[in-house]
Amino acid sequence: MTATPGAALLRVRDLKTYFVTEHGRGTARAVDEVSFDLYPGETLGIVGESGCGKTVTSLSILRLVPEPPGHILPGSLIEFEGRNLLALAPRELRSVRGNQIAMIFQEPMTSLNPVFTVGDQIAEAAIIHQRLSRRAARARAIEMLKLVGIPDPAQRVDDYPHQMSGGMRQRVMIAMALICHPKVLIADEPTTALDVTIQAQILELLDRLQNELGMAVLLITHDLGVVAGHTDRVVVMYAGRVVETAPTTELFERPTHPYTEGLLAAVPRVDAPLSRLHAIPGQVPAATAWPAGCRFHPRCPYAWEKCAAQEPPLLDAGEGGHTARCWLVTEPERRQAKR
Amino acid sequence: MTAPPPTRAPLVDVRDLVKHYSGERRWFGLGRPRPAVRAVDGVSFAISSGRTLGLVGESGSGKTTVGRTMLRLQEATGGKVLFDGSDVFALDSGPLRALRRRMQIVFQDPYSSLNPRMTVQDALREPLEIHGLSGTVAALLEEVGLDAAFAQRYPHELSGGQRQRVGIARALSVEPQFIVCDEPVSALDVSVQAQVLNLLADLQARRRLTYLFIAHDLAVVRHIADAVAVMYLGKIVERAPAAEIYALPRHPYTRALLSAVPEPDPKAKKSRIVLSGDMPSPATPPPGCPFHPRCPHPLKSERCRTEVPPLREVPAGSGHLAACHYAEQPMK
Repeated sequence: MTATPGAALLRVRDLKTYFVTEHGRGTARAVDEVSFDLYPGETLGIVGESGCGKTVTSLSILRLVPEPPGHILPGSLIEFEGRNLLALAPRELRSVRGNQIAMIFQEPMTSLNPVFTVGDQIAEAAIIHQRLSRRAARARAIEMLKLVGIPDPAQRVDDYPHQMSGGMRQRVMIAMALICHPKVLIADEPTTALDVTIQAQILELLDRLQNELGMAVLLITHDLGVVAGHTDRVVVMYAGRVVETAPTTELFERPTHPYTEGLLAAVPRVDAPLSRLHAIPGQVPAATAWPAGCRFHPRCPYAWEKCAAQEPPLLDAGEGGHTARCWLVTEPERRQAKR
Repeated sequence: MTAPPPTRAPLVDVRDLVKHYSGERRWFGLGRPRPAVRAVDGVSFAISSGRTLGLVGESGSGKTTVGRTMLRLQEATGGKVLFDGSDVFALDSGPLRALRRRMQIVFQDPYSSLNPRMTVQDALREPLEIHGLSGTVAALLEEVGLDAAFAQRYPHELSGGQRQRVGIARALSVEPQFIVCDEPVSALDVSVQAQVLNLLADLQARRRLTYLFIAHDLAVVRHIADAVAVMYLGKIVERAPAAEIYALPRHPYTRALLSAVPEPDPKAKKSRIVLSGDMPSPATPPPGCPFHPRCPHPLKSERCRTEVPPLREVPAGSGHLAACHYAEQPMK
């Protein structure tokens, strides 16, 4: 399952997506030189807290960032099967979007149109991209509903979104996304709005569909528990930057960036006894005013002068392409001294 | 109801609490009424002074309604709530107002519970003035870990964690003994969630507060509660001391909830139980055990479909209650 060093399916290089804010409060550098690769068949997690830029990254890939106020800066590259998506004409982009790269969102109710049946909405992509007849598309929609585990698909195909529960709506969204057999599925917080037992159902469904259909998944989440159980590799984002990237087991065994370390320690666990949680002091700074030097240094327990003065690059931190944007990689004794 | 020999009366004693929302009539009030929604259906628990009960359940389980009816933010349909010996539901408005000072609530989303046109200072000073208390805004802010400069800010100028600290400060302003914490950290990022949970624990120790901590997340509750009650479809299906319920959940629903919590450990190969289906509507609960249509217990039988399992102590004298016919043989 782990990525083999073959050709990447999706390559993101130096992605910069900025937003012009109102009232002249400056430019929000939401995504700032983000790079990563997605390989065929793997699941890559992008994890971070609110405001770290993970959602804007995923929206940028399909050029769904509203312009204005947002804009993707020149010099950014999003390469899918050798083509730069950022250079495609709108028509060409539409042949990729929803067809070869599909996306599901956090809140299925706001992504579904309340006045069309779920069947019509699932069938739409097949009619547009695969030129199926309405009748054939409807049959495909029923097949897809069955695939995502909706009982009585031939009846439920005529339901409206409000007639379904939250978990069923997310299944419908997945059916919609997968009807054209995309090579890449971008799942942006697909289970955040769901109850924990329903979340477990949806995550299991995504795992199964990935195995059956062989697609690559980009899983955007704030939940390290979801990352641990459902990804092969992880990209950790903080303040618009990638701060650490590693194979999943490596990341959890040897978290290197102090932000990753702090985040892991802050997660409440069912197997931990009644105890105080580790909290990261302070809060994420505003995207219009990222701190100078390392963007995490004001909250970092190990920070020293160099961290405030100079931002570290992504440094080689271990096996399987483990990298971390932290000077501790070059001076590990400073971590020991603090412990 | 089984009660351990009381050393002293609990501060909060909820007995057979019921809240039904009567069904509206179909066809613009002319047709048959819809079945009543049994949001809370006979819930009992007690919390001793200085302790925390975690009330856990998924959306629609009735956990929030329990908190609100206890404070009479909504009127209950039946049952009793004793607070420090007095019957909350029997009080007239005067004594009720006095009692409200001693019972407070912290909401999930402080943004919708703070007036956007009032500064933090105004929001905190109001309860102090109404109740003629001597506390100061500066002292309250300090107690919840906010700089005094925050007094002049408006809610929209605060981050989620800061707003929740203001929400806690406002609850504290009237010097309550008991606080209903209704999903107080669910909307917060994990690093900030830890800050607020630690703050709640510190305040409890310092002020000897008693909490009803309502949450959907068993992992969060693990870090704050002394005892845990799990709700499903308006009923408590399991209630036990925290250490007990996490070590040996006796109700299959609790077991499934625990196994569904994603652990931040890629090597945790736990036996995951994925429940099928959704929670039924509380307007049309299934007959027998309300959990039986989704129950993964291997011993599930005809009895589960017909006979409602009572909440009973298993084993006797343990203080561990479960509403399952097969609580003696819990799922592994």
